[in-house]
Amino acid sequence: MNNLILKGKVFKFGNDVNTDEIIAARYLNLTDSKELGAHCMETLEPEFSKKVSPGDIIVAGRNFGCGSSREHAPVAIKGVGVSCVIAQSFARIFYRNALNIGLPILEVEETNSIKNNDELEINLVKGQVKNITQNKIYQSEAFPEFMQGLIKKSGLSNWVKDLPRKGGKK
Amino acid sequence: MPHTITEKILALHAGKKEVYPGEFLWAKVDLALGNDITSPLAIEEFQKSGAKKVFDANKIALVCDHFIPAKDARSAKNAKILRDFAAKHRIKNFYDTGLMGVEHALLPELGLVVSGNLVIGADSHTCTYGALAVFSTGVGSTDLAMAMVTGRVWLRVPKTIKFIYRGKLSKWVGGKDLILHTIADIGVEGAHYKAMEFCGPVIKKLPMDDRFSMCNMAIEAGGKSGIIEPDEITFRYLKEHQNTRTPEKTGAQVRNLTSDKDAKYSQIKEYDVSKWDVAVACPHLPSNVKPIHELKNIKLDQVVIGSCTNGRISDLRIAAGILKGKKVNRTTRTIIIPATQRIYLEAAKQGLLEIFVKSGAVVSTPTCGPCLGGHCGVLTEGEVSLATTNRNFLGRMGDPKSFVYLSNPSVAAASAIKGRIAHPEEVI
Repeated sequence: MNNLILKGKVFKFGNDVNTDEIIAARYLNLTDSKELGAHCMETLEPEFSKKVSPGDIIVAGRNFGCGSSREHAPVAIKGVGVSCVIAQSFARIFYRNALNIGLPILEVEETNSIKNNDELEINLVKGQVKNITQNKIYQSEAFPEFMQGLIKKSGLSNWVKDLPRKGGKK
Repeated sequence: MPHTITEKILALHAGKKEVYPGEFLWAKVDLALGNDITSPLAIEEFQKSGAKKVFDANKIALVCDHFIPAKDARSAKNAKILRDFAAKHRIKNFYDTGLMGVEHALLPELGLVVSGNLVIGADSHTCTYGALAVFSTGVGSTDLAMAMVTGRVWLRVPKTIKFIYRGKLSKWVGGKDLILHTIADIGVEGAHYKAMEFCGPVIKKLPMDDRFSMCNMAIEAGGKSGIIEPDEITFRYLKEHQNTRTPEKTGAQVRNLTSDKDAKYSQIKEYDVSKWDVAVACPHLPSNVKPIHELKNIKLDQVVIGSCTNGRISDLRIAAGILKGKKVNRTTRTIIIPATQRIYLEAAKQGLLEIFVKSGAVVSTPTCGPCLGGHCGVLTEGEVSLATTNRNFLGRMGDPKSFVYLSNPSVAAASAIKGRIAHPEEVI
């Protein structure tokens, strides 16, 4: 696992942000994370990649990342320098893709009260989000043990590498 | 303990007697699928892992369908990555131009997915195979990479929602309408992380192509999978589509698993379909279904009939039945895409292609193209399209300021003639 304390400015989005909006299909002929990052969220916020500073945080409502299975979506978010996505809920393929590639995500119920440009400090170990601007603390639900295993290994590939050689079961 | 069909398939592939919702599994896959946009990332990850060979060259399917025939040099490069990987690892089920079709129409047609299988695909509409009583679900590229290495995938056993359909289907109402009405009812997050089990007397009589359309769109309700218990219709389809390319090697063993009578469901929804008319989903969500009579002023720049949702032979037959002897509106570009080569050939034999061309529509080679704004029918600012595809998200078919409506093929064909959204009754 990489950085456990993340700090950055909020870019706020609504409900049902889909993967076409995160990275439009016309860019799916790209595979490089930086190139994908340059077009991240551009359907919703054309200047997004220019405004983001490394470490900034995407905050959204329900069902973030719905739609296609494209892993290019979390890859683009990582590529543009976003350190974490916080949402009330995530669509399942986006959720597993984020865990599989080591993009930190947190489910927080109170994202409605978080505002654009708020300064957040996230403790990934505790699952705690400190809103420095509003002087509030939000607690995210803990990941199930299996997923904590994936997070500790920074993703699925490392997790698989460390599987017991024989038997395959874990 | 009583279990759902989904729990039974998952238990079987995890080597367990039984499994329960919430449980994590490291389950065996019968087939792992990738396409020309998701596989390059997977292949890169596969190579990074240091793996020398794939777990089983018979149990991987790579289909060049999204941006193929190559729409530009980068897409050509991506297809080449698949081609080279398939050659190096002797992947039996590699489908390039000439053999390929839209993946979720192609794999069932080739008999590569059969009842009781566990199939994963780096494509969200992998849930389509639930129509054949397969547990199938969309995953990401890294999942595909690790499945190619280990033959396994991590899965959390989902809860199941049971959907029971009763009543009599109206003339123009089919599987696409059933699923759009269902998504309109429960919302795009209504089946979040859950398996959607479709059943009831209406489903028992529903033809296979309609079942594919229904399970295909489970993802649009946030579902992990859609599934229909196997019955005579399923087994007849499987018999007619036996795998001839790699016989016996895929281990495609047909199983007859069903849900126990007192299996536990997280929710049970019952619908009387008799009052349902054709469904049209308005921009920008598949759940945004409105009565068609309210939409008759919506002028259309383009109509697309095709995709993994509605590009099968019965869809084309329905469209041809409406377009026969008529002309599409001069202001409405009409693009028809048979989903596979076999469907294309069948459409030719049945005279459907002639009907389409004479009506002023174009018929394309199989591709996902316009559905995701890739090629072969991309929209510019302000344009409006009606499509038999599965998503109408903002910018889905091209420009962020374009608009997509979703419907079944009869509404699409009627609308192409009228140049605006129209009920099939208006032109018949």
